[in-house]
Amino acid sequence: MLAILMTKKTGIGSESNVLPVTCVIIFIVIIWYGFSILLNAPWEFDKAKRNSITLSATELVTNTWAQKRPKLPAPHQVVGEIWATTVNKKVTSKRSLVYHGLITFYETIYGFALGTGLGILLALGIVFNRATAMSVMPWIITSQTIPILAIAPMIVVALGSLGFGGLLPIVIISMYLSFFPVVVGMVKGLKSPEQLEIDQMKTWSASKSQILFKLRAPRSTPYLFTSLKLGIAASLVGAIVGELPSGGGGGLGFRMLSGSTFGNTLHIWSGLFSAAILAGSLIAIISVIQRIVLKRMALEL
Amino acid sequence: MVLFWGAISFWILAWWANIWIARQKEQKILNLLPPILFGGSVIFVWEASVIHFGVNPIILPPPSAVYYKFISSIPTLWEDFVQTAIKGALSGYIIGCVIAFAVSLIADKFKFFERGVLPIGNFLAAMPIIGIAPILVMWYGYGWQSKAAVVAVMVFFPILVNTVQGMKMSDKIHRDLMQTYNASYLQTLFKLRLATAMPFIFNGLKICTTLALIGAIVAEFFGSPIRGMGFRISTEAPRFALDMVWAEITVAAIAGSLFYGGVVLLEKWITFWHPSQR
Repeated sequence: MLAILMTKKTGIGSESNVLPVTCVIIFIVIIWYGFSILLNAPWEFDKAKRNSITLSATELVTNTWAQKRPKLPAPHQVVGEIWATTVNKKVTSKRSLVYHGLITFYETIYGFALGTGLGILLALGIVFNRATAMSVMPWIITSQTIPILAIAPMIVVALGSLGFGGLLPIVIISMYLSFFPVVVGMVKGLKSPEQLEIDQMKTWSASKSQILFKLRAPRSTPYLFTSLKLGIAASLVGAIVGELPSGGGGGLGFRMLSGSTFGNTLHIWSGLFSAAILAGSLIAIISVIQRIVLKRMALEL
Repeated sequence: MVLFWGAISFWILAWWANIWIARQKEQKILNLLPPILFGGSVIFVWEASVIHFGVNPIILPPPSAVYYKFISSIPTLWEDFVQTAIKGALSGYIIGCVIAFAVSLIADKFKFFERGVLPIGNFLAAMPIIGIAPILVMWYGYGWQSKAAVVAVMVFFPILVNTVQGMKMSDKIHRDLMQTYNASYLQTLFKLRLATAMPFIFNGLKICTTLALIGAIVAEFFGSPIRGMGFRISTEAPRFALDMVWAEITVAAIAGSLFYGGVVLLEKWITFWHPSQR
């Protein structure tokens, strides 16, 4: 969680890190190729034994990197699978990753929007009403020590029996995960003006709402954006996990689950990587908006 | 009818009490009351409205039903708790933390490695790592080992990022002082740098308690032996046995809070010197 707070300082974009990062990535890829030989080799040996042929070293390596259902697919297989299921498939096809990715994207966005709204409302209640702060805040924190994702199947079933199938249960799970960072960040942000500044506003006989809109709200925007980045990552996780018990629908989580039930490892890996790409791009979009907005507000990052 | 309006008036009374408490001066005991009153009134209103409106227990069972189910199925719940929380979450948590800690020590020693690993760690910490669950379940089988592996991977990045960050927190002037004492690398590490890093490390450890439980439970959705909290939830929910599901959620909540509380106690004991603990 704290991670994103700090990406600014150690971000991928900063030039000095390009070389070390590339080195580590290359290192990871090499290890990955190595492990995919190691993990896939037993199956190749088995096959060779059955057909009573002996494998040369090069044959073994090329074979382990080209299995149809490998234990660990080689990186180029995953990239190939993603390419084949995005560019070479129609978007409307159920076998297209774009189709599943879009479903997950919508669930994430709806859940994120609702979660952000709920989070801001709760934060306002907490900042302006001490009774709310004292009675609700401990429960908000407790709610996060509960593994909320565990109740995903129940929400899906309960809402399904009420006749709300489809997206709604998943959106609610996604919302539940994303409201917390927003509450915490916005409470901190709305409380960030110092007493001195609030007193200054009062000497101008500013009303409570004027203090809110002219002092507290602008001051909380940097906190809001940090929370939004945490929130959207959380709501994507919520969307993916929410798809698991809902069965039929679609989405990246569904794709990974069906890959796991049918032993199609390439589906799992390509689903996982698309989820990572989706998360990365959503966070990047928010970062860009953050930079533009904060620049226009003349707030330093 | 009486029950319902009783619950509503209890809610209003509790709210008034909270407002009254909020106006009083800060007192430890009084500060405990509002959350208890709030939680109590939520449960009371929940019970009363389920009975009053005749809500189908398939959608929302009353708290009393959950309580009876909880009491009557303690052996099952205990078995699930051991399988998921102890074997899956706790062992994975320890494995993941130890490995992450070792890697961050290496990263701290070799700056080039650190500059490469930290951005990647930051990036991966925000990724939906839970997606690795089906892969690890396929590799390590349906037993608790695969759950421990999922948990270990999930907790790895937050711990790594926080530890590396924390190791940088010692002041230059303090490190210089250690050098004037002719302290060795290990001495500086243990007596100064790890000590100053502790609040950050504990921040990571606290975040990871919840992640560990989530990881262990969700990994069970992808296949498990016939016990475990995730297994129970995913098989009882489609059978509309929601009282059992809520009982499991209660167990999860208690386990999560205890786990979190345990780490907080450890933190209080180790970082007693930090301003936030005083």
